[in-house]
Amino acid sequence: MTSILFYIFAVFVLGAGLFVVLNRNPIYSVVGLVFAFMNLAAMYFLLEAYFIGILQVLIYAGAIMVLFLFVVMLLNVQPDKPRPGLVHLDRWWYALMALVFVGVFLVLVGEGTRMLLTSPAGEAIQTGNVASVGEALFTQYLLPFEIASLLLTVALVGTVFLAKRKV
Amino acid sequence: MVVPIYHVLIFAALLFVIGVIGVLFRRSAIIVFMSIEIMLNAVNLAFIAFSRYHGNVNGQVFVFFIMTLAAVEVAVGLAIIISLFRNLQTSDITEIHMMKH
Repeated sequence: MTSILFYIFAVFVLGAGLFVVLNRNPIYSVVGLVFAFMNLAAMYFLLEAYFIGILQVLIYAGAIMVLFLFVVMLLNVQPDKPRPGLVHLDRWWYALMALVFVGVFLVLVGEGTRMLLTSPAGEAIQTGNVASVGEALFTQYLLPFEIASLLLTVALVGTVFLAKRKV
Repeated sequence: MVVPIYHVLIFAALLFVIGVIGVLFRRSAIIVFMSIEIMLNAVNLAFIAFSRYHGNVNGQVFVFFIMTLAAVEVAVGLAIIISLFRNLQTSDITEIHMMKH
């Protein structure tokens, strides 16, 4: 049952991702991306990463996508003209690069799977709840956590500076 | 083990490639940014999958930091897009070539 749900969500995410990339209207793209992120959150839940799943809904589908929607509205972005088309003929080598990338990634996946099979992973212990993630975050990863707060402060100042009308 | 890990990883790879295609083919700066978000999420999913199958919480902490980074990146990037749009009245990345001349 869980795995069937997982594959259903996976198909939804891939469809929404393609919708985001191929759609001409940026607002539709934003809505598709919110849908994709919601389904990804469901996949995180199925992988027993409950804390990250909640964060995915709150931060990605909530905060970040509202920011995107806000900017799309603010800039009044029009849908792409049909004339240039989605795929430029002089850019087919990009597609070739993407295919090469798929090949490299599949090799990496194969290697990773083999490494995983030889590792003593076995049955997963209870790791996805807020307590375990928080414990790791505030003991082993305390310094990166503080640096992340500094990064957020820098981004705040930088964003205000960039978006100001007159410098 | 309900879902084999290589299924999750192949799915993450496909999602990443969708993001790459968006970055390479689309010309609207906002869509390019959204594609970058898709790629970050694909990486997050790979982290979560490895965390789940190793029974190790470190991967989820990494995802937490990636989310922080994504929020920062989106805030600064959208501010750059807004200021570009204000100066050039376009968000088409093929028309932004001031550094060339």
